[in-house]
Amino acid sequence: MEHVLSQEDAPILEALKKMKRRRLVPFDVPGHKRGRGNPELTNFLGEDCLSVDVNSMKMLDNLCHPVSVIRDAERLAADAFGAAHAFLMIGGTTSAVQTMVLTALKRGEKLILPRNVHRSVINAMILCGAVPVYVNPEMDKTLGISLGMKVSEVKRAIEENPDAKAIFVNNPTYYGICSNIKEIARLAHEHGMLLLADEAHGTHFYFHDALPMAAMKAGADMAALSMHKSGGSLTQSSLLLTADTISEGYVRQIINLTQTTSASYLLMVSLDISRRRLALHGKEIFDKVIGLVEYAREEINAIGDYYAYARELVDGDAVYDFDITKLSIFTRSLGLAGIEVYDLLRDEYDIQTEFGDIANILAYVSVGDRPKDIERLVAALSEIRRNYKKNQKNMLEAEYINPSVVCGPQEAFYADSESLPIDETAGRVASEFVMCYPPGIPILAPGELVTPEILRYIHYAKKKGCSMTGPEDMYIERLNVMKEA
Amino acid sequence: MDLWFTENHTKNARFSMKVDNVLFTKQSEFQRIDIFDTPEFGRVLTLDGYTMLTEKDEFMYHEMIVHVPMSVHPNAKNVLVIGGGDGGTVRELTRFKCVEHIDLVEIDEDVVLSCQKYLPQTASKLDDPRVDKHYEDGLKFIRHHEDEYDVIIVDSTDPFGPGEGLFTREFYGNCYRALKADGIMVNQHESPFYTDTAYAMQRAHERIVQSFPIAKVYEVHIPTYPSGHWLFGFASKKYHPYKNVDFTRWESQGFKMKYYNPRLHVASFALPTYVEDMLKEVEKRDEAK
Repeated sequence: MEHVLSQEDAPILEALKKMKRRRLVPFDVPGHKRGRGNPELTNFLGEDCLSVDVNSMKMLDNLCHPVSVIRDAERLAADAFGAAHAFLMIGGTTSAVQTMVLTALKRGEKLILPRNVHRSVINAMILCGAVPVYVNPEMDKTLGISLGMKVSEVKRAIEENPDAKAIFVNNPTYYGICSNIKEIARLAHEHGMLLLADEAHGTHFYFHDALPMAAMKAGADMAALSMHKSGGSLTQSSLLLTADTISEGYVRQIINLTQTTSASYLLMVSLDISRRRLALHGKEIFDKVIGLVEYAREEINAIGDYYAYARELVDGDAVYDFDITKLSIFTRSLGLAGIEVYDLLRDEYDIQTEFGDIANILAYVSVGDRPKDIERLVAALSEIRRNYKKNQKNMLEAEYINPSVVCGPQEAFYADSESLPIDETAGRVASEFVMCYPPGIPILAPGELVTPEILRYIHYAKKKGCSMTGPEDMYIERLNVMKEA
Repeated sequence: MDLWFTENHTKNARFSMKVDNVLFTKQSEFQRIDIFDTPEFGRVLTLDGYTMLTEKDEFMYHEMIVHVPMSVHPNAKNVLVIGGGDGGTVRELTRFKCVEHIDLVEIDEDVVLSCQKYLPQTASKLDDPRVDKHYEDGLKFIRHHEDEYDVIIVDSTDPFGPGEGLFTREFYGNCYRALKADGIMVNQHESPFYTDTAYAMQRAHERIVQSFPIAKVYEVHIPTYPSGHWLFGFASKKYHPYKNVDFTRWESQGFKMKYYNPRLHVASFALPTYVEDMLKEVEKRDEAK
């Protein structure tokens, strides 16, 4: 009798265990041969780990063309997340986001999206030649963060661009802010467009009722999930979910354009085990996380000056919902930029947070955290206030800088360009990105006009110690711009 | 019957005591608690397999962690003990008439309950009317107190396990804030001898130097702790730990001691050269900042 798969199974895990029992003599890659050929590596990572760092073989299936255990693992993942199909992704959520864009759009086709997207979205447009239509996200002036897209703004973008092929939604943003994804999905479908969701920060939405609506439930056609964030799998492992509106075979072809043919079983088995854990225990896991974060928020808000925000931001539109597992903390009332608090926490208190921008820090809390770690964070924030508080003058108020798109990212990226000292680039069209990392949201993308306002922001962020990335010049003293005709 | 308790002092060095019988074993919410009788050291308390105290040598630890700051401070009325669920530190504190109130903050109630039952030698004064017991995280407790205590004694476990938050800069900073303008903090400072504890010792000293104007280290012999050579940190806002200390007040109380005396008090701040060098190294690092 054939075994009926259930969420208690972990097909890749079981196959790897079976393979270990067979004690195969490996005359295939990887060349470390279960670690024996590289004792220092084995000593550091552990024999158990190296013994399953293996290549695809009959009993382990093949990610490029899954027919057995990987296929089963993908089916189980699809069921657990309520999707028609799930793809195990081993190139990070970046690869899942790129696959969504490359699947939905061809050269010259339009994608409606908010400007505060991850760089991977625009990178994908460089690859396929699609053109962005930006919906200005609302800005919270005080907190200095971009919010979600208003439904009315999306409607307007659809009316102005009825030929657009897809709409892209962050569900949620890095800071935990959600748009009305259900209504946006409905609008997209009404106009024959696809709805693509970046759920890099939303894996947990699928497993708890107190959290915002998950994209697939809201009717998205595709969603990219960072299982390695709230899902607990290894770094670089992700899931791509698709609805029955999308051809599974075509998506697989797109994935195989850029994906390695030596997919890591460490990453895949981590997805398999994490999916099982979420499916069986997701509710209690996120109950615990919500409890920890709510406690931390209360304690941090009681310190004074700090503002750890949550559902009170919800306005039913630009902030349609808020992910209460996110611990985003506004620091500017202390006279300190988020990045300064981020640096102090690491250098003086041995606490590494996810990121600091110019007005906020984000502490990433997960099931791996213990109450005493939360106490350390709260105590350190209280000490930073006692020891480092400054007056607030000379703090730049973050403002949404409306991008002026002169041409598509692909055209700009591949155009003839020249490198100029950054201060001489105002009025020119950038052919490369500038962004703070994390969060990795572009300040400037290829094809956009450089303005004095943008340069002022870049200088300020550099001065405060933000890690700036993107340009060919690692020090961001020069910038590549399109040659003028 | 040849039953032995063994503690790994490092990966490559062990310490063993013969065990007569085991009295108590429990996995609490925070750690594994064991109490057993030994022919050599009397009754022993271990947490997660690490020796916390033995009846035979606990006086060395508890006399030195309490009487040093209590001799220096001219009139300590309000004292905070963080950790110390075995009660030894509280026992010594209750000998002082000037002490009006003691807050004991121990994260693990099971440690207090089991010591009250099996270790009356240390736990006997935990029910003294001056003592308020709080079962919570020390870091959390102290955050809510400002300018309140004359003396804070950090009687913690090791910098791994439940006590790890007590070896951090945020904790020492919060202690500074919770002390009055002439307050003193003493903490368990690990050993300079083995590499791992030496690193913890340096780290703790660095964190204290960053928070307090006066930060000195003194030593004590504790035969059942790794290497037997142990350090305590003395951190203070105002009083130097041995210059100009007037011992007449302490002497007038006529305590009968087994380890502590004023001559040893002063002498215990004289440290081996290699320890002085380790401390200077982190002090210099702090000055360079």
